[in-house]
Amino acid sequence: MSEIILKGIPAAKGIAYGPAFILDKGEFIVPKRVILSHEVNSEIARFEEALNFARTEINSLKEKVNQDMGLNKGNIFDAHILVLEDPTLFEQVSKGISHNKNSAEYVFSKVIKKYVQTFSKIPDEYLRERASDINDIAKRVLKYLMDETKLHDLDNLQNDLVVVAHDLSPSDTVSLYNKKIIAFITDIGGRTSHTAIIAKSLGVPAVVGLKDATLRVNNGDFLIIDGQKGLLIINPSLATRELYDKEQSQMHASLEKLDDFKTLPAQTLDGKKIALLANLELSNEVLTIKKFGAEGVGLYRTEFLYMSRLDLPSEEEQYQAYKQVAYAVNPNVVTIRTLDIGGDKFISSVQIPKDMSPFLGVRAIRFCLERPDIFKTQIRAILRASMHGRVQMMYPMISGISELRRANAILEEAKRSLNDEKIPYDTSIKVGIMIEVPSAVMTADTLSKETDFFSIGTNDLIQYTLAVDRTNEKTAHLYEPSHPGVLRMIQRTVDAAHEQGIHVCLCGEMASDPVMAFLLIGMGLDELSMSPSSILTIKKLIRSVRLIDVQRICYEALQQETSIEVEEFVSSQMKNLGVL
Amino acid sequence: MGPIEKEVIVANKKGLHARPAALFVQLLDKLKVSVTIVKGHEKINGKSIMGLLTLGAECGTVLKLIVEGENAPKAMQELEIFFNKQEEEFIT
Repeated sequence: MSEIILKGIPAAKGIAYGPAFILDKGEFIVPKRVILSHEVNSEIARFEEALNFARTEINSLKEKVNQDMGLNKGNIFDAHILVLEDPTLFEQVSKGISHNKNSAEYVFSKVIKKYVQTFSKIPDEYLRERASDINDIAKRVLKYLMDETKLHDLDNLQNDLVVVAHDLSPSDTVSLYNKKIIAFITDIGGRTSHTAIIAKSLGVPAVVGLKDATLRVNNGDFLIIDGQKGLLIINPSLATRELYDKEQSQMHASLEKLDDFKTLPAQTLDGKKIALLANLELSNEVLTIKKFGAEGVGLYRTEFLYMSRLDLPSEEEQYQAYKQVAYAVNPNVVTIRTLDIGGDKFISSVQIPKDMSPFLGVRAIRFCLERPDIFKTQIRAILRASMHGRVQMMYPMISGISELRRANAILEEAKRSLNDEKIPYDTSIKVGIMIEVPSAVMTADTLSKETDFFSIGTNDLIQYTLAVDRTNEKTAHLYEPSHPGVLRMIQRTVDAAHEQGIHVCLCGEMASDPVMAFLLIGMGLDELSMSPSSILTIKKLIRSVRLIDVQRICYEALQQETSIEVEEFVSSQMKNLGVL
Repeated sequence: MGPIEKEVIVANKKGLHARPAALFVQLLDKLKVSVTIVKGHEKINGKSIMGLLTLGAECGTVLKLIVEGENAPKAMQELEIFFNKQEEEFIT
């Protein structure tokens, strides 16, 4: 086996090596699971239950359509139901289970895949398109089969694994959390795709946008992942391996040195303090943030409470989750961002229509304002949790003052309802907004008067400012955090906030890049929130510079005309200072 | 009585797509016969909608029907009528 090197987009730093574990290319992760002989019958029974479950679901859908649209319009679902009753399909799956001793979901997904392939080869276009119907039905069945087993199976994975997938959805990554994953590799995605964010929060390397890695890698292939250079090396030669061994041990050594900074404040040589906070994906991550010396949580994403499930999380359940984080982080602050779904994040419990441009569609605060029931439940849970630590909350994707006022009106309603029920909460809870839409930057002076703080979400601000879809690998090269247009947006936001006397945090991936962080400090950001694993590196940087130098360099950097000029200028100045 | 065989031509303009295929399976349930459909080298169970759809039977395709069951001759007549329809809306 000769060595193959593929170049992708570096999404999370680090070097790792281990065997490949290929996740199914479909939307569901269907790992192969072997069953025992005596489990065959119960596995077939489980498959039957799943079919019944899906049939009930489709039947109620059919009835609803008949009621809403009248006159047997629901008949379009007849074919779907017949697929679930298909004798040949049932025979193929039950035979597969008993002969190969594989789990129902695995056999079923294989059988379906074959059908879908057959469909896609049919010359007739109309029939060819039925493949999507089949996939839709299959999803319903798998949903039933997978709920527990998905986690269960991944739990059984013994070795360190490199996850290779076409793409990872946020709900996939939730089920992968806490598994022995040492790196992520995906065919698609850009620097700020979900895979990148998760990899950073786990502190493992990731390379994305590899185009056809899933086709080139076989399960169990030995892989080296170079998250610095964005390389995937399949079946590396001995020489390559030795090279990376050396590099890895050097990296470990420099990381250990960073540990000395853990208890020291993030303060420049001339005394300016910058709060370094952690971005938190899941509540059980809270333990890792202390390990990296974070001074609180600048961004607690709440989407994960809503994912990988069929119903909505109750107020009580959310309250418990928020309370746990507030308590663990106390006396430091935890900033809870209200639900940000849509865009590239979807949940099963609520149907969000697939927009042509999902990032410009109904997402985040827009969704919440359309569903005040869901929004109010979450706000009540956050308010209640505010009794157990220092909690603040913020709304994502505010585009102007009217949205902020509408959101605040729902907040007031939630507060009133708690007052009525005599449930305590922190009445002086701070409520901020995310600045990630250009119109919010342009009206930051107005917004700053009715909010307690700003938090700049650069992942989105960059994509909206530069009109670059951040999940599209074809436009990945246009996604430039150091674009002068982006930097001016940030500067304008900071100035507007300080004019009004409120704090500004920045919570994008940008904050974890030393060159960018250097600029951000110069621009006057009060707080930076990032993946916990980057905090010590940035702290070391802050402790090695004088604010006065940083401001001078930043001022000149903002006069540069292109992103490359900005980066080259700042890098060279940082080298002169001996901090890069 | 043994199985009876007959060749039919798909007259439906859109071919044997989801809706007519669904109607076909429902019809077989009503007729209480089992039907094997042969197209070239492919052979499928008539009650399998997936089988019907993956046959890719476009308008004009020749299919051989093998019908078994007590009711076979009468069922065959009904099936012929089914395949002669040009649009599925006329079948109830």
